[in-house]
Amino acid sequence: MSRTEPVPEQAGRLQEIKGRSLWQDAWARLLRNRAALTAMVLLLLISMLVVAAPWLSPYEFDEIDWELISSPPSLENGHIFGTDSIGRDLFVRTLHGGRMSLMVGVIATLVSLVIGITWGATAGYLGGRVDGIMMRIVDILYAMPFMFFVILLMVFFGRNIYLIFIAIGAINWLDMARIVRGQTLSLKNREFVEAAMACGVSTPRIILRHIVPNLLGIVVVYVTLTIPQVILVESFLSFLGLGVQEPDTSWGALVNEGAQDMESAPWALLFPAGFLATTLFCFNFIGDGLRDALDPKDR
Amino acid sequence: MLRYSLKRLLGAIPTLLILMTLAFFMMRAAPGGPFDTEKSLPPEIQANLDRKYHLDEPLIQQYGRYLWDLLHGDFGPSFQYKDYSVNELIATGFPVSLRLGLSAIAIALVIGVGLGTLAALRQNSATDYSVMTLAMTGISIPNFVLAPILILIFAVYLGWLPAGGWNDGAFRNTILPVIGLALPQIAYISRLMRGSMIEVLRSNPIRTARAKGLPERVVILRHALKPALLPVVSFLGPATAAVITGSVVIEQIFGIPGLGRYFVQGALNRDYTLVMGVVVFYGVLIILFNFLVDLVYAMLDPKVRYS
Repeated sequence: MSRTEPVPEQAGRLQEIKGRSLWQDAWARLLRNRAALTAMVLLLLISMLVVAAPWLSPYEFDEIDWELISSPPSLENGHIFGTDSIGRDLFVRTLHGGRMSLMVGVIATLVSLVIGITWGATAGYLGGRVDGIMMRIVDILYAMPFMFFVILLMVFFGRNIYLIFIAIGAINWLDMARIVRGQTLSLKNREFVEAAMACGVSTPRIILRHIVPNLLGIVVVYVTLTIPQVILVESFLSFLGLGVQEPDTSWGALVNEGAQDMESAPWALLFPAGFLATTLFCFNFIGDGLRDALDPKDR
Repeated sequence: MLRYSLKRLLGAIPTLLILMTLAFFMMRAAPGGPFDTEKSLPPEIQANLDRKYHLDEPLIQQYGRYLWDLLHGDFGPSFQYKDYSVNELIATGFPVSLRLGLSAIAIALVIGVGLGTLAALRQNSATDYSVMTLAMTGISIPNFVLAPILILIFAVYLGWLPAGGWNDGAFRNTILPVIGLALPQIAYISRLMRGSMIEVLRSNPIRTARAKGLPERVVILRHALKPALLPVVSFLGPATAAVITGSVVIEQIFGIPGLGRYFVQGALNRDYTLVMGVVVFYGVLIILFNFLVDLVYAMLDPKVRYS
């Protein structure tokens, strides 16, 4: 670059053809995808609401008002989503539950990410017999009804939030491992890696500059699609009464409570259900959008 | 084909072994024994109970006995329903769950394949977009949210269908639970079907079929449908697993006396043998079903030749 500086005309031309990175390109395309953009804005809104929950309402999430049991949504008394069957404010509880659901989603996904990438990249990079054995283990685990094992864990060892993170993370890494392994395998033998080798680029640099960025795309897509799955599993457990414990709550637990007296107080079901479905919807749309945006064939 | 089947069945053995081993040791690692009650039992009775259920033997011997019994299809006695064995409970609950599950999968297949094909044939039209939005909605709304909303609409507000209960399997009672189970699968299948149908329609055999002047209906039904169905067939394995897990929730919500409900009740009441029995039973079922799906796949796909 410094050598071309004295010649302004040439510098200008260089500017013109300045390459865009994979990520700038993908980001631009993601922003052009209207469904994904809407989903991102909505998700950001929900996250902000969930984080700011304590300052948005005068009520506490475990504050019981015996005077107002199952009262419908009303602006006058400040319970804008109404109250539940023991008089707790549903707006605050819905957001508080969202905190739990989103936190479980992100943390458990990270757990599965770490296990999956390590496992998959090791198998793919080493290849040969190690690869065979490692992938055979994944195959065996794949056939297990893990949902039931998570339920068993919850039953036997009590409801424990850390156990939820680990249990859900531990069942979700299999897909990740398979995807990362396949990708590493195919990347290892690609021309641009060969070219880099021929230019004398060091192995760590090849991995950092050429393999990891190409893995990242698929990992990011997969992460956005795993988070809703994890949220769903946690909600499922909470729905069965095996997830988070009172007075803490999550969207699944709230849906469960709401479903019990939905005839007299449908709002207790509909608000948390709406938040849960919208969040899952957003994650799925963003995941789909990202997949399209990062697909190099689609340029 | 026969050799492949044998190989696959042998391959399932380690999976089954791990399943049973995990099940056994998790049960043993759980705090609290199956006979813990509010009052502590007199030591003699405790010893008798332990002897009756072989809890006084060394762990490895118990493990061997457990495996041996399982291999003989004996899931042991239920700790909670004292007069029943787990086998009997499974025998009463499973037919109910099976009927729900099979109906749901059949409906999901027919509607999902239909919708997916429709969307693929009119790619990027309003029909396509609405089917895909609907599918995305179906994927995003979990069945434990969907089911109460279905009840709210069709049972509470409209009063067309019963809100729950089994009523010996009367048709009216099965409609809502089956819909609740099938909808998410319809969503997945129609998305899969659309994708694969679009790909198949662009392939050379289809171009040839069209060039021959075959009517579009024949092209779709006779030439495109079969190859396009392949991803859907391989999705049937995960779909069954999902329907089984889903039925746990659906049976709970609708108060249906199926295996899923036993499972949840057993889990909440710490009926270890029952819970374990259901897990192993379903595990075996899922493994077997995956095997069957692979066989069907091999028959449909001429490119796959198992050896």
